[in-house]
Amino acid sequence: MSEPRVERPGLYYPKLPTTWWLRNTNYFLFMLRELSSVFIMVFLVLFLVELYRLSQGPKAYGAYLETLRAPGWIVFHVVALAFALYHSVTWFKLSGVVQVVRVGERQVPPSLVTAASFALWAVVSIVLLWFMVRG
Amino acid sequence: MSDATITLEVTRYRPGHDREPHPQSFEVPFQKDWVVLDALNHIKDRIDGTLSYRWSCRMGVCGSCGMMVNGVPKLTCAAFLRDYRPGPIRVEPLANFPVIRDLVIALDDFMEKLRRVKPWIIRAEEKPVSEGEYRQTPAQLETYKQFSMCINCMLCYAACPVYGLAPAFVGPAAIALAYRYNLDSRDEGYRLREPVMSDAVGVWECTFVGECSVVCPKGVDPAAAIQRSKLAGATDWLLSMVMPWGGRR
Repeated sequence: MSEPRVERPGLYYPKLPTTWWLRNTNYFLFMLRELSSVFIMVFLVLFLVELYRLSQGPKAYGAYLETLRAPGWIVFHVVALAFALYHSVTWFKLSGVVQVVRVGERQVPPSLVTAASFALWAVVSIVLLWFMVRG
Repeated sequence: MSDATITLEVTRYRPGHDREPHPQSFEVPFQKDWVVLDALNHIKDRIDGTLSYRWSCRMGVCGSCGMMVNGVPKLTCAAFLRDYRPGPIRVEPLANFPVIRDLVIALDDFMEKLRRVKPWIIRAEEKPVSEGEYRQTPAQLETYKQFSMCINCMLCYAACPVYGLAPAFVGPAAIALAYRYNLDSRDEGYRLREPVMSDAVGVWECTFVGECSVVCPKGVDPAAAIQRSKLAGATDWLLSMVMPWGGRR
């Protein structure tokens, strides 16, 4: 973060209230996007623990899976999945804005870049799903 | 002229007199072709001559009349009263800026940041005038044209919560203009702007809220300029790591 600014006498310096993100829908959606990372982080920690338990053998792994079947953890995973999907959708929607793709001298329309990103996401998801189902 | 009126709740602040700004209500005639700025001019001419605010061109070019209208940063010359019926309409100074008086905010911080990004064409070596102009193709113009439409109205700073929380942030318009010159085929100042852009209070301070681009009255997309500058900066850094002998542009 930055240094506090030097305030000149006579001027009124407004302070942004801590509830600024409730002022408009875009701010609120931005905060949701930021919050999503907390759920994704917790999910990743659980996943790392899962891998560790897997390394300890079938019994330890089975016991861990049993723990995760508790209603609280199932609710957490549903919420985490919703946040992960929301984060991914916002990510791909912004990709068209951030990544400038040129063909020759012309810029490919951002909407096309976004559409291509979504298509790629769908293809990768389907391939992964196929591997998982084929098991 | 009809008898219809509309109420404006205008923020007043008299330095040295008021501890903090407070709203004052004014009833003005409702005219369907009036904008908020017309209503403010009516107040100043007919009701209270002490009301202070900035304006100049009345046609969305000078960028002077930016204020918060019902909490949203707007050019008041382009905010029609009819869109806010039945009112009241809240008119406040641009958010995130220090207030000098009433609706007038201090511009110094933005002006200093604007200078810092060197928003002009920089050449390693100027060619003499006798050699003619620096020429550019329409395609080269197109790469930066939207970013050159900025009128320095600062609505994007008022919309940016990052600037509100960390006023040292170089901010949307200044970065968009730096990016505009970085993209210009005639410019050679990329390396001179880079220390400002890649500074901790430069592009990396931005968390991509995106509201700057939503409120821009000229269709500039400062959020895109900032994210693309991040991408360019990160690519440069990576190249300098992989090819320390000179992978940077």
